This record gives sequence, C-alpha cells and structure tokens, in this order.
Amino acid sequence: MSETQATAVDYNYNVVRQFTVMTVIWGIVGMAVGVFIAAQLYWPALNFDVPWLTYSRIRPLHTNAVIFAFGGCALFATSYYVVQRTCQAKLFGGWLIPFTFWGWQLVILSAAITLPLGISTAKEYAELEWPIDILIALVWVSYGVVFFGTIIKRQTSHIYVANWFYGAFIITVAVLHIVNSMAIPVSLWKSYSIYPGAVDAMVQWWYGHNAVGFFLTAGFLGMMYYFVPKQAGRPVYSYRLSIIHFWALVSIYIWAGPHHLHYTALPDWTQSLGMVMSLILFAPSWGGMINGIMTLSGAWHKLRHDPVLRFLIVSLSFYGMSTFEGPMMSIKTVNALSHYTDWTVGHVHSGALGWVAMVSIGAVYHLIPVLFGHKRMFSVKLINTHFWLATIGVVLYIVAMWIAGVMQGLMWSAVNADGTLTYSFVEALEATKPYYLVRFIGGVFFVAGMLLMAYNMFKTIFAPKGTLDDVHEEPAMAPQAA
Amino acid sequence: MSYGDFQGIITLVLMAIFIGIVLWAYSSRRKKAFDEAANLVFADEQTEQKQSNNKREPDTHD
Repeated sequence: MSETQATAVDYNYNVVRQFTVMTVIWGIVGMAVGVFIAAQLYWPALNFDVPWLTYSRIRPLHTNAVIFAFGGCALFATSYYVVQRTCQAKLFGGWLIPFTFWGWQLVILSAAITLPLGISTAKEYAELEWPIDILIALVWVSYGVVFFGTIIKRQTSHIYVANWFYGAFIITVAVLHIVNSMAIPVSLWKSYSIYPGAVDAMVQWWYGHNAVGFFLTAGFLGMMYYFVPKQAGRPVYSYRLSIIHFWALVSIYIWAGPHHLHYTALPDWTQSLGMVMSLILFAPSWGGMINGIMTLSGAWHKLRHDPVLRFLIVSLSFYGMSTFEGPMMSIKTVNALSHYTDWTVGHVHSGALGWVAMVSIGAVYHLIPVLFGHKRMFSVKLINTHFWLATIGVVLYIVAMWIAGVMQGLMWSAVNADGTLTYSFVEALEATKPYYLVRFIGGVFFVAGMLLMAYNMFKTIFAPKGTLDDVHEEPAMAPQAA
Repeated sequence: MSYGDFQGIITLVLMAIFIGIVLWAYSSRRKKAFDEAANLVFADEQTEQKQSNNKREPDTHD
C-alpha cells in the first residue's frame, strides 16, 4: 500500500519482512511434522525403527516448531510492525533488531537438531536444554529492549491497546521462561531442574499454562486489536472494553495453571483454586472475543468479499469456542473424564489451529502486500481456497478428537459390578484408531492450505511492481463465496 | 489478624481495584482520549487520505 510512503516516518520493515516470510515457512515445517506424527499414530511403522523419528522425540519438535517457530515469528513480525505504525516511530535498538531475528532462527535450528537426538528436559513446551535456554533469554531481553524502546520514542500520546497486549506478552514470557528454566547443568546437554517434586510440577504448569495465556493468547490478542480494525476499516468496537479486557486477562491468567494437575500430588486446595481462576477467565476471554467480532458491527457485508477478514473473524469464533471449552474442562468433575484423553488434544488444536494459526494467517495476508509494495496479494481467490481448507481441516481435527476423547474417558472409567475394569487399555486404543485417521486427514487439509499460502506469498513478493494494484471492491470470487 | 482475615482483605482490595478500573475506563472524561487512541490504527494513513478516496469509516462505536 502506498500509504507507507506517504508518511514522514521511515519504518524498519526489513525485520518485519524476514519474520513474516519465516512465519509461513516454519508454519509449513511445524504443521507437516504434526501431520507426520498424526500418521505415526495411525500407521506406527512410520517411525521406521529409527530412534530420532520416534513419536516421543518428534512430538516436542512439532509443538516447539508450531508454537515458537511459527507462532513466535508471527508475533515478532506483527509486534514490530504494529508498534512502529501505532507509535509512528522507527524501531529502536540498532543491532539488537537483527539479533532478535537471527538469534530466534538459531534457537529454532537448535531445537530441530537437539530434540530428535533425544536431548530434552522433559518439561512440556520447555524441552530445550540449558544452553538453548540461555540463548532464548538473551533474544527475549533484546526483544523487550527493542519493543519498549520503540514505545518510549513514540510520536503519539497514547499507547494503543495492541501494544499493551504485546508488552504484557513480552514481559510475562521473559519471567516464565527464566523461572521455569532454572536448572543445574551436569553436562553440556543435560541439566536438572532446581525445583523438587510437586513444586517442580506446579512451576512447570504455571509456565505451561501461561505459555498458552501469554505466548498464545495475549500476543495474538495484540495482533487481533490491530489487524481486525485495520482490515475492517473501522476502529475497535469498544476501546473501554479493551482496557477492562486487558487488565482482567493479565491478572487472572497467571493463576489458572493448576488445572493441568487435577487429581495429582498437587495439594487439593491448589487444584480447586486453579479451577476457580480458570472459570473466572471465561469472562475476560469472551469480553475480548465479543469486542473483536463486534468491530464488524454495521459492516458485516465485508466478510462476504474479504477472505482475509474472514480468517480474522473465524479465528475469533474459534477463540470464543476454545475459551468456553477450557474453563469447562478445568472443572474437576469434567476433568475426571477429559484428562489424559484426546479431548485435551482436540481442545489445544481448536485454540492453536482455529485461533492462533488463523489470526496469524489473516495478519500475514494483510502484511505481505504492504511490506513488499503491492496493493493486494497475488491471488485473492487462493486466499479464499486457503480459508476453506483451513476451516475444514480444523473442524475435522477437533470433532475427531472430541469423539475419541469422550469415548476414551468413558471406556477407561467403566467398571463392572464386581469393580473390575470393563475395558482393557488396548480396547480403548483400538476404538480410537478410526478417529486418528480423521485427525490425520484434517491435518493434511490444514497443511495444504499453508502450501497454497506459501505459493501465493512468493508470487506476491516476486511480482513486478505495479502489477498487483487493481483492487476491486468485489473480487471475482465473490459470487461463489457468498 | 488470622490468615482468613488476610485473604478476605486481599479479595476486597482486588475487587476495589477492578471496580476502580471499570469506573475509570467508562468515565465520560476519558471518552475523547479513548476515541483518539482507538483511531491510532488509522493515524498514519491521514496524510494519504487527503489525496485518495479511502473507504474507511472514521466513526466510533461507543
């Protein structure tokens, strides 16, 4: 968009471009690994008897790649973009800016090498060993300096709400990462947590749930508060609600972690506290979701013609769905059924694919033309195809996992009149098998959409200047899409 | 003061802070500032907007 040249400020888009392109690349890699391990669950022979292809080693590779490589790059890209444009100031930090990009890529590469080798702390979403943890901490502190440095030198009097969310995400993730990664190294690639027993579990899930709450939620809400109004061409529905949303969300999320440890050695009162705080969390989550969706109030027709806006709004619907499901699953009696089943996996993916991935995809489709000097993407029709592939993929995935999870929970807890278990574990596993195939197919749909996105992205980047300037109010695909 | 009293006081303090934030956010004195803030998303388009027919609707919802 030419509006960028019209402004007086010379923004640093180079680092935004780098992170944006890597978002798509790592998205494909991380999701393809996910599809591969989904296939392994259906066809176990796919580990080829090679130790570094076993599910146990590749699964953390998948989670790290999608959360920290795909999600991380999307957050870096959008936060650097949003903070510059809403503060009307060029990115602060000099060499720290490229350091955050190359440092983060080095972290991802180290993860991709060490995890298949079996080097792991065994802490979920914090598997990386201490030398990589130190690099993460350095990159993250630099990220904070760049982000807050830019806010300090802003030309505007207000700090736009998106930056509050990004800021909370950056500070909290630094604290979580440093506290949870405290360990005593015994060799270059082996360390032991400094926390003992149940305390270690509590610290881990304080970290783990806030990785969800701040990395996968607050940061992406920042994205939502910029890109939804921008793409809709209207200011956010209620700026006041966004302030309540912010303070309520950041002060409640931090307490919800114990719901990951229901019916474990964690003290009972701690579990109940975690449950209550998770239930309260429903209110700010839905407040934010409603605020985002209602931004379109009076302009719903834009959804019909704009697949980018559709990505953003549908991501909010999935956000609302999974933030209803989450508090429900944190209720101890519900958790007695759902814990350790595939229902949890389905819940995570309705958030991760439906909310996090779709809001990022929408934001990236908005960004690419702006960053590379075009008025629109190479093909709006392909964005629409991507939208439907992604939506069908998520729905197949989560419905399969809901059915599988509830079935597993019921089969595992079924007892005969004499108190013996009705089903053996293998019987439940066998009953699950067809749903693993459906989940695999859902994943294939989602990755296929990402491949279209990569094609569309490179076609846009390498398109000659001026060839993508014909923006129509109603693109050619509008009639079929309606 | 027992531990129970302490917890009760903390709960009341947090509730007061929350109500305070709500009252502050919804006070009519803040309306103008928040409307300005809400439009920051479009602020850096202003220079361009004069020349081109931007399709943005610069209204606010509340």
